[in-house]
Amino acid sequence: MEFFERFAIPHPSPAIYASMVAIGITVIAIIAGLTYFKKWGYLWREWLTTVDHKRIGIMYLISALLMLFRGGVDAIMMRAQLAVPENTVLDAQHYNEVFTTHGVVMIMFMAMPFIIALMNYVVPLQIGARDVAFPRLNALSFWLFFMGAMLFNISFVIGGSPDAGWTSYFPLAGTEFSKSVGTNYYMIALQIAGLGTLMTGINFIATILKMRAPGMTLMKMPMFTWSALITNVIIVFAFPVLTVALAMGTMDRLFATNFFTSDNGGMDMLWANLFWVWGHPEVYILILPAFGIYSEVISTFARRNLYGYKSMVWSMVIISLLSFTVWVHHFYTMGQGALVNSIFSITTMAIAVPTGVKIFNWLLTLWKGKIEVTTPMLYSLLFIPIFTIGGVTGVMLGMSAADYQYHNTMFLVAHFHLVIIPGVVFAMLAGLTFYWPKMFGFMLNEKIGKISAWIIAISTLVAFMPMFISGLDGQARRMYTYSESTGFTIWNMISFVGAIGLAIGFILIVYNIYYSIRYAPRNVGSDPWNARSLEWATPSPVPEYNFAIVPNVKSSQALWDAKKHGHELFKGKIEKIHMPNNSGVPFIMASIFFIWGFSFIFAMWIPLILSTIAIFACMAYQSFEKDDGRYISVEEVKETEEKLGGTKI
Amino acid sequence: MRFKWAILFFVLTIATVLTGCEQMIVLDPKGPQAAVQARDIILSAGIMLFIVLVVFGMLIYMLVKYRASKQGDDYEPPHIEGSPLVEAIFIGIPIVIVAFLSVVSVQSNYKVEAPPEGYEAEPLVIYAASSNWKWHFSYPEEDIETLNYLYIPTDRPLEFKIYSFGTISSFWIPQLGGQKYGMADMVNTLHLAADVPGEYMGRNANFNGEGFAENTFNVKAMSQAEFDKWIEDVKNTAQPLTEEKFTELLEHGHLGQMTFTGTHLSFLPPPEGEHGGHNHGSSSTNNDHDDHDKDEEHHHH
Repeated sequence: MEFFERFAIPHPSPAIYASMVAIGITVIAIIAGLTYFKKWGYLWREWLTTVDHKRIGIMYLISALLMLFRGGVDAIMMRAQLAVPENTVLDAQHYNEVFTTHGVVMIMFMAMPFIIALMNYVVPLQIGARDVAFPRLNALSFWLFFMGAMLFNISFVIGGSPDAGWTSYFPLAGTEFSKSVGTNYYMIALQIAGLGTLMTGINFIATILKMRAPGMTLMKMPMFTWSALITNVIIVFAFPVLTVALAMGTMDRLFATNFFTSDNGGMDMLWANLFWVWGHPEVYILILPAFGIYSEVISTFARRNLYGYKSMVWSMVIISLLSFTVWVHHFYTMGQGALVNSIFSITTMAIAVPTGVKIFNWLLTLWKGKIEVTTPMLYSLLFIPIFTIGGVTGVMLGMSAADYQYHNTMFLVAHFHLVIIPGVVFAMLAGLTFYWPKMFGFMLNEKIGKISAWIIAISTLVAFMPMFISGLDGQARRMYTYSESTGFTIWNMISFVGAIGLAIGFILIVYNIYYSIRYAPRNVGSDPWNARSLEWATPSPVPEYNFAIVPNVKSSQALWDAKKHGHELFKGKIEKIHMPNNSGVPFIMASIFFIWGFSFIFAMWIPLILSTIAIFACMAYQSFEKDDGRYISVEEVKETEEKLGGTKI
Repeated sequence: MRFKWAILFFVLTIATVLTGCEQMIVLDPKGPQAAVQARDIILSAGIMLFIVLVVFGMLIYMLVKYRASKQGDDYEPPHIEGSPLVEAIFIGIPIVIVAFLSVVSVQSNYKVEAPPEGYEAEPLVIYAASSNWKWHFSYPEEDIETLNYLYIPTDRPLEFKIYSFGTISSFWIPQLGGQKYGMADMVNTLHLAADVPGEYMGRNANFNGEGFAENTFNVKAMSQAEFDKWIEDVKNTAQPLTEEKFTELLEHGHLGQMTFTGTHLSFLPPPEGEHGGHNHGSSSTNNDHDDHDKDEEHHHH
């Protein structure tokens, strides 16, 4: 009986039962729908087995948007619980699970796939490549991420969610204090998704270094590609640390080792160090591609070249190096003494310098420009002031003596939300709106887009600015309730109103997608924004081979040069194009990883051993498979180009 | 001009935050360490506000002056690579600011890590140990122990020895000074002092599970004479803390305030000295009678 008890929900709540029913109905509806419309074959051939970077990018995008709403519901639940003192909507345990999953979902399963979605879609196009370096590995990366995310998401209906915070500090995350399988989900699901991310990192470094169009030297790469390159270098250095930390944590929980426990020589500080040696660079993994998007958008709609291209590149390189030297600022209060705190205080504040360089470069890109406020530009313009508030409070937090007062308070929560929301979320929404016509061949509605941008920006301030005050007034983060005498009520109520505003803004974005699918005109051409880099030089929607002829590049804004200075991008004639074949192996292998993870979480050793063997079987099959890809004939390319109105030969 | 309204909104939001400062307890220090931290916070907030205003100012200027709607159709934005002078300014000024804040930060680090200066009296040593979800305060010299509340004398340095029975906690009395972690395998020292008599809020600031929200304690600062009298009262009225009783306390979740004579340090030594150094190889939670005497000496030196 004990075995089955582990699968039970540790605390019954009507909301969880309702979610279970909703999940069940949705799954049945999807299966019924696919069967009724006979779409199983289409789904398998066009999506589940695809190795096309563009389709993989779109699948990342859909996952990220779904997870945005899942994490958003968690956020609303938290703010609702705290809106009034002594609230009993959630109990302590449920609240702990909600903020833990909110953090993990938003960072790992929303922000990460969102940036990887845009990287996947845009980078090969921006460098004039036909695909990424290892298309099948790319598919495997996506499916590992997807299965990790799904595994994490079933935790709250089977066995219980993790409840030790997204940082999962030991010994709290150990079996002594977190008895349910929740933290097992955390360890294994992040491990599987993290492996996918690491593969993405390797894949994109190879792609960007080896597959650029002729003429595109490193210092002629568009800024988004630069940000992607640096991000992927950080991924390759940072993610192995997470892999190791999670493996050690898994062993502590499932095999009773003592890496991070209180006794037998375990050291809880080791987890904090390993977690943040990965966790701090992770922040820059998220923010640098966002900076890349802003650079593209701001220079496009200021109708000017990016100011200070070289200092932009160098500031990113310096940020990437510094990002590995500041992790201790996450635990100034762990007792390492004045000297160590001083060193990390200085390195932390030093990051403000290259970040400031970027802000001023964007401002100077507007200078003497011809600024057109479209939806992506509006996000970028709203990003600058809000991010500046978040950024300067980061400098304040970097002062370690003062941090003794901010540490673990709502002040910190306000800071990182005011950095991550304008920094990452606005950038991804800007990128989504900007690249939407390239992806789908029609524009999102500008009016609805701008209204949602304003609502989201103002709500962000309403939701998070009060937390600076309640933090300085002694409200620690992660408290599920407080008494009225603390005086926190008014600030938490304002935050709740802001959270509702954010929800409305995001729902409006979904409505915009629906509205635009129905009503937006379909003849927007390949370059609707009058943009500057290569991705806009190929037809929309983009044919699977990206470019009929590999472009020739002379600057970081190749298309702009072609439009304004008559540079010829496509020289030569159409030849047959080599493309990789679709493969079911990545999807099947990742599905087995799902079973592997589930077995591991519940310590079911026989299925675990069988699925491990199956994973190796997949690898062996893949290694011995003879598949040299296929050629698209000249006639076929010409036909496609004619249909899409692309290159004229 | 929607942008003007937006900027106005941002500025108003910041102003609201700043006017909220008056009642915030972190900025209402009652001791020298908290005063250092409050000064650093105000100073850095002021400098940062200057940076925010510069960025806002530049953004407004660019948007007002270079909007497409304000320019002729034939206006072609120029190609500008960047200027070494301008970029040097935008790198130089932040470097100067960060360098200045670094000097302030390093000085403050050494201040908050050292016993506060200017007091003649010997520091009062108090052991603050957390357990799920309680605070145990041992006064080794006075040989008493309290649960979930703290009496302290004013105008005397306080030396807190912080550790934990289990999860990581963070000992925090905002009006006396910032926090420090309590962990099971080492003892952290936090130097505080109170200059003003009064009642202050103390809490665990590091999430440690279900009872975290209520993981608080009351702090009462009083004159040395009153403090001495309280010690006297405790010695006359409180029950002794036995090992059995303490084990029972550890087992409970939340408990109210309690007072005992004697401390748990004698039978359950904290992970310091020979027990410290992250507890390699041996378990300090075991009741180790051999080390018992040495530890007693250690606390009464």
